[in-house]
Amino acid sequence: MLYQELALLFASTTGDRFLVMSIDDLRFCYDRGHSPVLDIPHWKVSAGEHIFLHGPSGAGKSTLLNLMAGTLLPSSGKIEILGKQLNKLSSGQRDKWRARHIGVVFQQFNLIPYLTADKNVQLAAYFAKTPNATQRAHELLAALGIKGNLRSQPASQLSIGQQQRVAIARALVNQPELLIVDEPTAALDRANRDTFMSLLLDQVQQQGTALVFVSHDQSLANAFTKVVALADINQAQGLR
Amino acid sequence: MFIRLALSSIKSRKGSALLTFLAITVSVFVLLGVEKIRHQAKDSFSNTVSGIDLIVGSRTGDVNLLLYSVFRLGNATNNISWKSYQRITKNPNVAWTIPISLGDSHEGYRVMGTNTDYFTHFRFGQNQALLFEHGLPFSDTFDVVLGSEVAKRLGYHLGDKLVLAHGMGSTSFSKHDDKPFHVVGILKSTGTPVDQTLHVSLQGIEAIHLGWQNGVKIPGLANRLGDTNPEALTPQSITAFMVGLKSKMSTFQLQRQINNYKQEPLLAILPGVTLTQLWQMMSVMENTLRLISGLVLLASLLGLGAMLLASIRERQKEIAVMRAVGASPWFVLALIEVEGLLIALAGVLTASLLLSTTTYASKDYLAEQFSLFVESDIFTPQSFVYLAVIMVGTLVVGLIPGISAYRRALHQQLM
Repeated sequence: MLYQELALLFASTTGDRFLVMSIDDLRFCYDRGHSPVLDIPHWKVSAGEHIFLHGPSGAGKSTLLNLMAGTLLPSSGKIEILGKQLNKLSSGQRDKWRARHIGVVFQQFNLIPYLTADKNVQLAAYFAKTPNATQRAHELLAALGIKGNLRSQPASQLSIGQQQRVAIARALVNQPELLIVDEPTAALDRANRDTFMSLLLDQVQQQGTALVFVSHDQSLANAFTKVVALADINQAQGLR
Repeated sequence: MFIRLALSSIKSRKGSALLTFLAITVSVFVLLGVEKIRHQAKDSFSNTVSGIDLIVGSRTGDVNLLLYSVFRLGNATNNISWKSYQRITKNPNVAWTIPISLGDSHEGYRVMGTNTDYFTHFRFGQNQALLFEHGLPFSDTFDVVLGSEVAKRLGYHLGDKLVLAHGMGSTSFSKHDDKPFHVVGILKSTGTPVDQTLHVSLQGIEAIHLGWQNGVKIPGLANRLGDTNPEALTPQSITAFMVGLKSKMSTFQLQRQINNYKQEPLLAILPGVTLTQLWQMMSVMENTLRLISGLVLLASLLGLGAMLLASIRERQKEIAVMRAVGASPWFVLALIEVEGLLIALAGVLTASLLLSTTTYASKDYLAEQFSLFVESDIFTPQSFVYLAVIMVGTLVVGLIPGISAYRRALHQQLM
């Protein structure tokens, strides 16, 4: 752990890009014997990189994200997050690992509906055992424009735009090295989408978090440092 | 955080959680209530007599002797002679005796002939002596002391006159109407058959039967013999008697002596032992009550399981979110279990509170109307076992939705 942090510090001071994630000969198939959904010989994500990943639906984007989060394990090959091979960890360790180092924002339903915005963010901190969680949750929510009454309302009473902003706070409260975001703007109108994007990128920039952003909305792509088509890195033939 | 999460989750499912909570409350209330009544009934049953070492009567069954001597139920098969009674009373181990002479009644309540030792030595409950609500023990031949229920039901007060009837029926045709009795005392309520008994002296019993032969009144005979001659009033026989010993050590020795008594076939029983035997005969009823309340509880626990299981489907998104922020499948299982436990615990606490309040409030009413003495303390040792079983049962039933949630969580993908 300490080594990881030192390496990250070292990487950022020397300008040498430290790897947040690296994939080698990764193959994944849902059923044994079927043709793989994913077959990625090499792919890397460096610290602080902002990647826009796009591809048609069914191309395996969600599968890849689940592999990165450790909720799916590769059929063969390896995927390393911060130098750790997730399939070498026990499932309990993977859950803790995910809580500490990976933030996730979904399309919708990011929050526990009956908990307040505050408590939703604190819940994420609870699993990662982040100190000063209340204070940090407060600051993050404020920075994302969730203030006053909104913080103590059950998440189900917030608008979709507000919920997605709380989701950013929830995903970033533990200062993860990697943030995975999946079509977060699909349910937002144009104005909300733009606010969301600028807030997200601001926060990620400030914290130096690596971002993997999945969307089919190509108009968002120009805000990112790198644009990747899944078809370019994935050699699997059969579409799922 | 964990408990708060569980509480918020229950709160978000107010409707179904409330119904489940009510179902559990009602069934726990019934279970504890039945257990309490059962315990209390057993208590007051075995507290009918205390401090009496032996009961002696004519040879018959143990239970039969207990039934007619203590519970005033059924009839004696035979009387025992005054001479035998006197002999046993003089035994060096015997501290005191209470003679019992049965056979007459008043409005369906039994009349018991005895002596004043009854009021000093008879004990019930936790070694409680008989106390007088009004008046004093009998001192004259035609004095009567009423049990509390007799006085209340029939509306007698001190100084009232009443007439005893021969035999047991409440509509007996042969009444001892030539010799009325005066009420001189009314006992406090005891919750035992004493409440339903009229107590007179042995002399009184003899006096009203003067001039009777073979249960029939012979006109004129009584007057010829004269009724106040104490010698004529010494009974020839009594129905049974209770014995208090100087030392408990001699109980079995004296019991054997009495059972082997040559002159007359006698039977001595230990009231405590026979009470237990009698209670065991009623265990079918007891077990039926337990079974019913157990089934009611099982039904409501299954209801709890069903409610939680139904909630799992709508929680799929919630589970995905928890997994994303790092909750393990075990956490999800534990959350479901804790929700179940919280609902059950709330039910148990409410039921206990409700039961002790109702018991406390209805205490006087129950004592007055049913001679049922309940303590406000609703917990018996057994009921703690039940409460433990309820919580364990909740855990087990909660495993069904819990495991379902666990499996969903395990295979849950994030996107």
